Order: sequence, then structure tokens, then C-alpha cells
Amino acid sequence: MPVLKADFTLCQGYANCVDGAPDVYDIDDDGVVVLLRDRITDEERPRIEEAVRSCPVSALHIEDE
Amino acid sequence: MTGTVVVVGSSIGGVRTAQALRSEGFDGRVVLVGADATAPYDKPPLSKQFLSGDWDEARVGLLASEEADRLGIELRLGVAAGRLDVAARQVILADGTALDYDSVVVATGASARPSPWRPRSGVHVIRTLEDSRRLRTALGSEGPVVVVGGGFIGAEVAGTARALGHEVTVVDPLPTPIGRVVGPEVGRYFSELHHRHGVQTRFGTGVEAVDGEAGNLQVRLTDGSLLDAATVVVGIGAVPNDGWLADSGVPIDNGVLCDQYSRAVDAPDVYAIGDVARWFHPGHREHMRVEHWTNAVEQGACAAHNIAHPEDLRPYRPVEYVWSDQYDWKIQIVGRPTVGTRFEIVGDLAGDKPRAAVLYTDETSRLRGAVTVNWPKALVTSRRAVTDGASFDDTLAKISAVAARPAPADPAARSA
Repeated sequence: MPVLKADFTLCQGYANCVDGAPDVYDIDDDGVVVLLRDRITDEERPRIEEAVRSCPVSALHIEDE
Repeated sequence: MTGTVVVVGSSIGGVRTAQALRSEGFDGRVVLVGADATAPYDKPPLSKQFLSGDWDEARVGLLASEEADRLGIELRLGVAAGRLDVAARQVILADGTALDYDSVVVATGASARPSPWRPRSGVHVIRTLEDSRRLRTALGSEGPVVVVGGGFIGAEVAGTARALGHEVTVVDPLPTPIGRVVGPEVGRYFSELHHRHGVQTRFGTGVEAVDGEAGNLQVRLTDGSLLDAATVVVGIGAVPNDGWLADSGVPIDNGVLCDQYSRAVDAPDVYAIGDVARWFHPGHREHMRVEHWTNAVEQGACAAHNIAHPEDLRPYRPVEYVWSDQYDWKIQIVGRPTVGTRFEIVGDLAGDKPRAAVLYTDETSRLRGAVTVNWPKALVTSRRAVTDGASFDDTLAKISAVAARPAPADPAARSA
């Protein structure tokens, strides 16, 4: 099952991910990404891949477990 | 879907389109053509972290060759597209090679508007990795820097040059340059930002001439005054790279004219995305060309979907979003602040550690746009509100409520 990862030290709060996939990403009061869940299905992967690639600092990744 | 998609342009829009084709399940051939021989790289750091020397070339890479291999993206780098033959469905490269396509995506971006002032040396623009590298070298020598153009790029370069220890002056014919984007009242806070960081501004003044050479330049302004500079940086906008399509029959009007699906008018196998595309925005009911990073990514993804799923065409109707990092301000702008006839500021735009949101509305009473400073949470709320057509008053109440919460913890104190 694909697993979502985030590098919280890289995140700059640009928030494109929240726009692309608001069901899995949010931004906290400090402007850092929050993973609302870390496991996604293969069906939703394409949409979330696009949210991942919308991160200007490449702080987001999808890994296979 | 099978066949061949040729993506012309290896910057952010082209790379993301090629990747998105695979995410969308396209299993035909994908060829990515780039005039730049360098591996695809990202441009926002070129006026900031790469220019300052904090980041190296590896850090700005967009698509390593291993990833291209994994995704089955064929790279044709170091050779520009020469022309497009719509009838024969071929991209003819500058070296004469013809690439057959079933769909082509024009993602050739924009170039820095060239400097109208040409002294012997010492004048820079900033758009490519090579531009940034040359300017970085120039900034390695001492001496004052004059930045012509007070827009985003100019302001970012000014901030970087200042941080490297240079005396910096920003010149722009407009009295409040960022006012074009945020309105003149809010724009003045951006002018003060320069001053707070020891950068001089000569706004409302144009440049008449630049004479001399690198290390010893004189910038003559329209009010007759002279500025000495070791280096001059000209950031006066960009022009779309559509010249190679001039004889293709694809309609060009300051960018490739496209329908709401990002398909070139009368040439449905030709898509254009990013800085080079002027497409019909079905929400705004007008053709637009947008030179923002996020737009290139989103339009590339939308075009990739439309190519992979022609039975399910999606119109491209984004909410505008751009960010700019200037000095200690993280500026995020969503929607269309300039259509606003009224605005409210939540928080504080002055002072040493500002955190603020400016919300704009018009006679519709909806939120039409927002500018946030050092406040991504308010940006997210505003971006959603603009997307949903939410009311100005509701959004103002929501963001004011967030503002009333205790100030965020010092990032350094956060547990890792």
C-alpha cells in the first residue's frame, strides 16, 4: 500500500499540496504541512502524485511498502 | 491510450506534464525536448538560494535521468525545437531531426525581456541557470548593485544581493511597483520592506541610460540623477517563447492561443501550457497568460489528463496563486486582488515580525483575492474561500478568529 511521507524541515508552507489533495494534506498554524493520513489506495494515487509534484521544495513523497 | 506525445520545453511545466502523463495512465511514448543542455532545473531558486550560493546545481534539479528512465520519458536535451508542422504532425528540431507526434505539448515558457540598455558589460537579466551563475559570479565582487524593475524578481534579487553585503538600489518607473499586483495602498508596505532592509528605492523614476562596464557602471535616471553601480540587474518582465511557431499556422497572440482545454485554437493535437499559453479561462470568461510556477504545474497536469483521457476533457479554470520570498517575508497571493474595490488587513504588515492577511472584495461581496505575509494558514483558508466563491465577511471572520489564537511557537522550539 502506498505510504505518504513528508519532510517537515523542508516544508515552506507554499500549500499547493493542500489545494491538490485537501483530504490528505493540511497546513498547521506554524505553516508546516500536516499529513491527515499516511496510507492511500492505488486508486487515489494519481491524484495525490500530482499534489506531491506540486510541492515547490519537493518535501513530499510517496513510498511503496 | 497509446501513441506519441512530444513535450517541447524542459522547465517546470514540460517536466511536470511528462510526469503527469504517466500518472494519468498514458502508456505510449513520451519525448521531452529541451533547448537547454543542462538537466531540467527549477527556476524559483535562481533569484534566491542558488544566486546566494546556498544551493548547488543538484539541489535545483527537477528530473534526474534515473527518474526519467523509470517513467519511460525520453530526454532530448540540448536541441531546441525549430518548427512545428501541424499537418504532418511533426516537431522539427533545430538539428533537422523530425519527431512524429500524436499530441504535442508546447511548454517553451518565456524569456527574460532583454535589457534595452547595453553598455559594454555588467548588465544582467535572470531567467536561466547560466544567468544566475553569471550574476552570482558578478556579485562575488564588491560594489553597489542597481536593480531595474521592482517586481517579484527584482525584489528577490535585491534581497539576495543585500544579504550578500552589497549596497542596493531598486529603480522602477511605477511609484509602487508591487501595486500592480496588490493595489497601491498595500504596495507601499512592500516598498517599506526594502527600506527596512537597507535597500534604497527610486520608484516613480525610469532609467535613461546605462554606461560604462562591469565594475564601473553609471545608471542615468529620467530625473537626471546618476547612480554608480558595479553590477546592474534588469528584471522588467518576460516574453513568451512562441517565435518558433510563427510559420506553423497555430494562432499566436502574445502566447499560443488556446481553448479552455489548453488546446491550440484550430489545432486540437497541439496543447500549450505554462508561460507560453494564452488560454480561455472559463471562469473569468477571458483569455489569460500566467507566468507563475504553480500555473505551469497545474496546467501541465490538466493537459496531461486531457491527452490521456480525450473522452473526459477537463476545462482548465485555476484560481491564481503565486508566492514570492523577499527578505524575511513569505508573500503568498491568491485570486485576483486587483479586481477588489475594498480590502481589510488582518494582523500587522509593519514591524519586525509581521504576520498578516489582506483580503479583497468587490461589489459581489465574495472574497476575490488575498495577500498573506508569513501566514500560510491564512493563505490556505483564503485559497479555499476564493475557490468556493465564499463570502468576504465569512472569510474575514474565519481568519480573524485564527489570528486571535496565540502566536505560533518559535519554529526552533518545535520538536523534530
